[in-house]
Amino acid sequence: MSRKEQEALAAAVSADPRYVALVARRARLGWTLSAIIFAAFVGYLLLIAFNRAWLATPIGTGVMSLGIPIGLGLILLAILLTGIYVAQANRHYDAQMAAILKDHGPGDAGA
Amino acid sequence: MKAPLLAAILALLAPAPAFAAALEGEAQRQPINWVAIAMFTAFVGLTLWITKMAAARTRTASDFYTAGGGITGFQNGLAMAGDYMSAASFLGISAQIFTDGYDGLIYSTGFLVGWPILLFLMAERLRNLGRFTFADIASYRFAQPPVRSFAAVSTLLVVSFYLIAQMVGAGQLIKLLFGLPYAVAVLIVGGLMMLYVLFGGMRATTWVQIVKAVLLLGGASFMALMVLAQTGFSLETLFACAVEVKTQAALADGATAAQAAERGRSIMAPGNFIKDPVSAISFGLALMLGTAGLPHILMRFFTVPDAREARKSVLWATGWIGYFYVLTFIIGFGAIVLVGTQGSYLDGQGALRGGGNMAAIHLAHAIGGNAFLGFISAVAFATILAVVAGLTLSAASAVSHDLYATVFRQGRATSADELRVSRLTTLALGALAVLLGLVFEKQNVAFMVSLAFALAASGNFPVLILSLLWSGCTTRGAAWGGTIGLLTAFVLTLLSPAVWTTTFGLGVAPFPYSSAAIFSVPAGFIAIWLISRLDRSSRAAVDKAGYAAQRVRAETGIGAYAASDH
Repeated sequence: MSRKEQEALAAAVSADPRYVALVARRARLGWTLSAIIFAAFVGYLLLIAFNRAWLATPIGTGVMSLGIPIGLGLILLAILLTGIYVAQANRHYDAQMAAILKDHGPGDAGA
Repeated sequence: MKAPLLAAILALLAPAPAFAAALEGEAQRQPINWVAIAMFTAFVGLTLWITKMAAARTRTASDFYTAGGGITGFQNGLAMAGDYMSAASFLGISAQIFTDGYDGLIYSTGFLVGWPILLFLMAERLRNLGRFTFADIASYRFAQPPVRSFAAVSTLLVVSFYLIAQMVGAGQLIKLLFGLPYAVAVLIVGGLMMLYVLFGGMRATTWVQIVKAVLLLGGASFMALMVLAQTGFSLETLFACAVEVKTQAALADGATAAQAAERGRSIMAPGNFIKDPVSAISFGLALMLGTAGLPHILMRFFTVPDAREARKSVLWATGWIGYFYVLTFIIGFGAIVLVGTQGSYLDGQGALRGGGNMAAIHLAHAIGGNAFLGFISAVAFATILAVVAGLTLSAASAVSHDLYATVFRQGRATSADELRVSRLTTLALGALAVLLGLVFEKQNVAFMVSLAFALAASGNFPVLILSLLWSGCTTRGAAWGGTIGLLTAFVLTLLSPAVWTTTFGLGVAPFPYSSAAIFSVPAGFIAIWLISRLDRSSRAAVDKAGYAAQRVRAETGIGAYAASDH
């Protein structure tokens, strides 16, 4: 695709309400997930800074403290949220975007 | 399962001090470890063969910088994990858990949470707009020279500090593990790294990272598995044994029963890692946002064909790195139980022989004898090599692509010119890395990795986010605001206790917190915002007008650079 064709395609696509809605959806998911991981991590740091004793509480009658599943849970949460975003974007958003691009352009969109 | 193991531990504990005293040696340098050297030689042979294969296919600048863009998401994810899992995090975090228990986990979570942010806010936009370096994105709609120059200087700073820390760590580690002199170790690392990058470019560097990541993950998995096998695959039993070991050690130190029990329990909760809330949040911010601004990590986004694979790379990288940190956690506690009770691994004072970072190495010996010790030592060495190769490649790209081709030749350099300059830069950087490694041998360089993260979080991250997401950002705002963020992080770090007091011995530090990020990241954002708002130049109008076109390309991938054909 020449530079001119790209510009024409970009202009047509950006005026398409489906594109606007899709980008808004994707951005909303991205910011929501960012806010979740950010809040979880900052919350964890605040717990460490202000309520160490609570994190040290043993679970049941055992030795393991509450802090351990919370810390390991944060690692799992990071992987889980990443998985959610990739699944959503790669399964749905990419296909929707490709459909919009196809409607407006003659050629292959990604190239 | 629990009772006999505890009994065995108690039996081992009693004679430990006397036994250790008999073995105590002054020399930090270990006897030459032939198994480790043989394993390492095998790794070097394999990676040089990879480099030879890659060299045959490295003809253009695109091959050199991005392996022609033909790496898959899975491969790139492993390579990113390889770039990120340094020997410092493997040996350092497990050692920290060995000493303080829980605190090591705080590091691990901080190092991981930047990855999701990188994915959610930047990954696809980076891939859609960029070609070779993150400066391609940062300067996309701006006047090239100022923003490129900022990005290149920032890259060189971040990479230099990261590199010094790795080179010094490498020298010390190799002296310890292989019994080679420090200077020889630094020369070997510098020399091999230069060979990989010089001849094999990104293709060889990627495969070296992948091989290293597989070896490190495999070795660490085996260690964690063996530790868990000893405790009947119960984390609870592992923790109970570790607490018991620490309690007994405190009793042997002459603590009362109550004090000893408290000290034993202390490894189950955050301890002295965090001194004040401001430092805690600040350090966390540096790790989280710094990850999304590391030039050698950002550069890896251009090695995959499209945004889809870029996202997959982050998922794989996050998965592997998270898994690795869980393993490190088990390895650290395993070391408390299996290494902390063995007199032969300790010196007279109950500290680890060979220095604090040896916990995982001694554990390898406790689990698999000399052969596995050799394997893990070789993996640790390979780890450093792969990390320095990635760093050097990103610095070489900043010089050749951003400074030479774009700023100096104003886009008129041919691919061959660019390639020649990258290779010359690689040579210069290799020599510089060795030199810096030698100069800083006796210095405490522990702060340099956190400085690199603070710089990346305060300079690169705000510039990338605002240039991608804020239409009002201008050339001046990005170039000067980013510079202010960098300088704030740099100056505050110099004034912080780790540098002012510990490294330079200048007394009480003027800046009381352990990390600058809580001030320097907002400083970067506010400076970019303010300077952009005040910018009334004609260029500012062009910058703002260019946002709409940039945005649609970033979101759709229209006009994105595709993989080259081979």
